Amino acid sequence: MDLSSINPILLVAALMSAATPILLAATGELVAERAGVLNLGVEGMMIIGAICGFAIAVETGSPTVGFIAAAIGGALLSLLFAFLTQVTLANQVASGLALTLFGLGLSALLGQGYVGIKPPRMPDINFGPLADIPVVGPILFSHDPILYFGIVLVACVWAVLKFTRLGLVLRAVGENHEAAHALGYKVVRIRTLAIMFGGACAGMGGAYISLIRVPQWTEGMTAGVGWIALALVVFASWKPWRVLLGAYLFGGITQLQLNLQGAGVAIPVEYLAMSPYVITIIVLVILSADKSAAPGSLGRTFHASS
Amino acid sequence: MIRFEKRPQPSKAFAYATPLLAVLATFFFGGLLFAALGKDPVQSIVTIFWQPLFGEFAFFYRPQLLIKGAPLVLIAIGLSLGFRAGIWNIGAEGQYIMGALFGAGVGLAFYPAESFLIFPLMVVAGALGGMLWAMIPALLKVKFGTNEILVSLMLVYVAEQFLASMSLGLLKNPEGFGFPGSRNLQQYPSAHNAEIIAGSGMHWGVVAAMIAVIFAYVLFARHKLGFAIRVTGEAPRAARFSGVNPGRLVVFCLGASGMLAGLAGLFEVSGPAGQVTIDFNVGYGFTAIIVAFLGRLNPIGIVLAGLLMALTYIGGDIAQSQLQLPAAAIQVFQGMLLFFLLAFDLFTNYRLRFGRTEVA
Repeated sequence: MDLSSINPILLVAALMSAATPILLAATGELVAERAGVLNLGVEGMMIIGAICGFAIAVETGSPTVGFIAAAIGGALLSLLFAFLTQVTLANQVASGLALTLFGLGLSALLGQGYVGIKPPRMPDINFGPLADIPVVGPILFSHDPILYFGIVLVACVWAVLKFTRLGLVLRAVGENHEAAHALGYKVVRIRTLAIMFGGACAGMGGAYISLIRVPQWTEGMTAGVGWIALALVVFASWKPWRVLLGAYLFGGITQLQLNLQGAGVAIPVEYLAMSPYVITIIVLVILSADKSAAPGSLGRTFHASS
Repeated sequence: MIRFEKRPQPSKAFAYATPLLAVLATFFFGGLLFAALGKDPVQSIVTIFWQPLFGEFAFFYRPQLLIKGAPLVLIAIGLSLGFRAGIWNIGAEGQYIMGALFGAGVGLAFYPAESFLIFPLMVVAGALGGMLWAMIPALLKVKFGTNEILVSLMLVYVAEQFLASMSLGLLKNPEGFGFPGSRNLQQYPSAHNAEIIAGSGMHWGVVAAMIAVIFAYVLFARHKLGFAIRVTGEAPRAARFSGVNPGRLVVFCLGASGMLAGLAGLFEVSGPAGQVTIDFNVGYGFTAIIVAFLGRLNPIGIVLAGLLMALTYIGGDIAQSQLQLPAAAIQVFQGMLLFFLLAFDLFTNYRLRFGRTEVA
C-alpha cells in the first residue's frame, strides 16, 4: 500500500471531472422535478446521450458536435417519457423505468459498431499563464470546456429559478398544478419543456462519460450514475447549488476509491467499487428525514378535467 | 378537437385489451425496427414467436419456456404485491443475486457430503438471502422514510460487486484451475436443482412459481392482507382510516418480493446456470418489471406475460444465431412492449371525445 502515490491536487482536479456527469444529469433532473415531474429515466437518457455523442463525435471528428448530438438524443428520448406521462397520463414511476430499460437496449443496439474505437479528444481550455499557478492552476484552470459549462449551467438554473418569471411559473406548476392551470399556465407544455431540458442535460452527462471520462464506448457504461443523480436531487433538497456540492462529494468518493484501487490498498477492489452506492444510500438515509422541500405536485399526474 | 374524458369507472374491456394491443403494436414497430436493421420483419417475428413453439426444433425449445419463464414469473409475482400498493421494489436483480449467493454458499459449504437435506436448506437460505437484501430498503423506508426505489436500485450495484468478489474469492472452485466461478452445482447431486421430469424443463423453480401464483391469487381475491394492499394502492388515505399499518405493509411487500426473487436466483444458480459466476445473472430482475406490468399485476396475467417474455428470450437466441439479429434488438423489443402498454392504458381510465370543447 502506498498512499503517498495519491496526489491531493490531482485528486481534487480529477474529482471535478468525475463529478461532471452526475452534475449535468442531476441539474437537468432538478429542473424537471421542480416542474413536478419525477423522471426515473435518467439512466436511460444518459446512456443514449453517451452513445449518440460518441457516435457523432467519431463520425464528424468533432467532440463539440458530439455533445450537441448527445443533448438532442437525450431530449428526443425524454420526449417519449413526456408523451407517456403528459399526453397518455401514464404513471411516472413506471414510465421512467420503461425509459431506462428501453434506453439501455437501444444504446446497445446503436453502439454495436463503436466498440473499441477511440473518440476524438476534446482539448482543455487554454488559460495561458493562469494554469501555471501552483495548486490553483491544476485544480481550476486545466479542464475541458464541458466541465465549466456544467458549473455555469448550475448558476443559470439557480438564477432562472430564483429571479425570473419563467422560473416562478415553472415552480408554480411544480408546487400546485391545479392552481397554475387555473391561472392560465400551460401545465403540460411547461412540463414537457422541463422534461426535454432534463433529457438534454442527462444526454450531455452521458456523453461526458463516453467522450471524456473513459473515453470509449461499452454497453451499460453509465453503471448507475443516472440513479445516483436522482438520489442527488433529493440530497440537494431540490436546490441547484447543493446539487453542485453533492456532485463534488460523490465525484470525490468515486475518484478516491479509484485512487485507492490504484494505490493497492488492502481492501478488495469490489468493496471499493461498491462504496459510491453504499454512501449514496447512507446520505439518503440521513437526509430523507426532511421532505418539506419537495415540490408539492411531484410525481402526480395532471389532467385538466379533473 | 379530440380530448380525453375521465371514465367514471375504469373500463374492464380495455383493462384486458391493453396488453393485447400493446403486443400487437410491438409486433408492428418491432417489425419496423428489424426491417431497419436489414432483416425481413415477418421472418424475424416468426423466428422469435413461432419457431420456439411450433417450429422444427420445438421439442428442444418448449422446455426452455418453463426454464426461462419460471424465474420471471416468480420475481414478477413478488413485485406485483408491492406495485399494487405503490411500493416500488426495482432492485429485484440484487435480491436475485443475493438469494443465489446465500443458497449456493450453503450448498457449497456441505460439499462433498451427500444428503437429501442439503437442497431444502439451500432453498431456505436462498429465500432468506433475497429477503434480507430487500429488508434493507424496507426498514430504511419505515424507519427513516428513505425512498425505496433509489435504495433498492443502489443495492443492485452493491450486490453485483459482491457477486464478483464472491465468485473470484470465497466461493471460487478450488479445483477450477484458477478460472473464476464456483464449483458446478449440476455435478453435485445433493445440491442440484434437477428436472423433476427429465426433458420437460420442469424443475423446482417452476413448482415454486406455481405455488407463488396460487398464493398471490388467493391473497388478492380472498385475504384481508390482499385487500389492504389494494386499498393502499388506490386510496392511501382511506387505507389509513381503515386501520392499515403502512409500515407493516412495506415490510411485507418488500420482504415477500425479495424472498421470491431470492428463490428465483437460487433455483437458477443450482439448476440451469449451475455455478456462481460473475455474470450468471442475465437481468431477469429487470425484465420481471415488464412482466409484472404486462400481466396487469394480476397473478394469472403474470403467468401469461412471463411465458411471452420467456418466448422473446428463446426466440431472440434463435434469431441471433439464424438471422444474426443482435441481442440488443430483443432488449429494445421488450422495452417497447412496456412503452405501448403504458400508453394504451390511457383508454382504461379515459375515453376519447370528439367535437368542440365547450367553455365551462
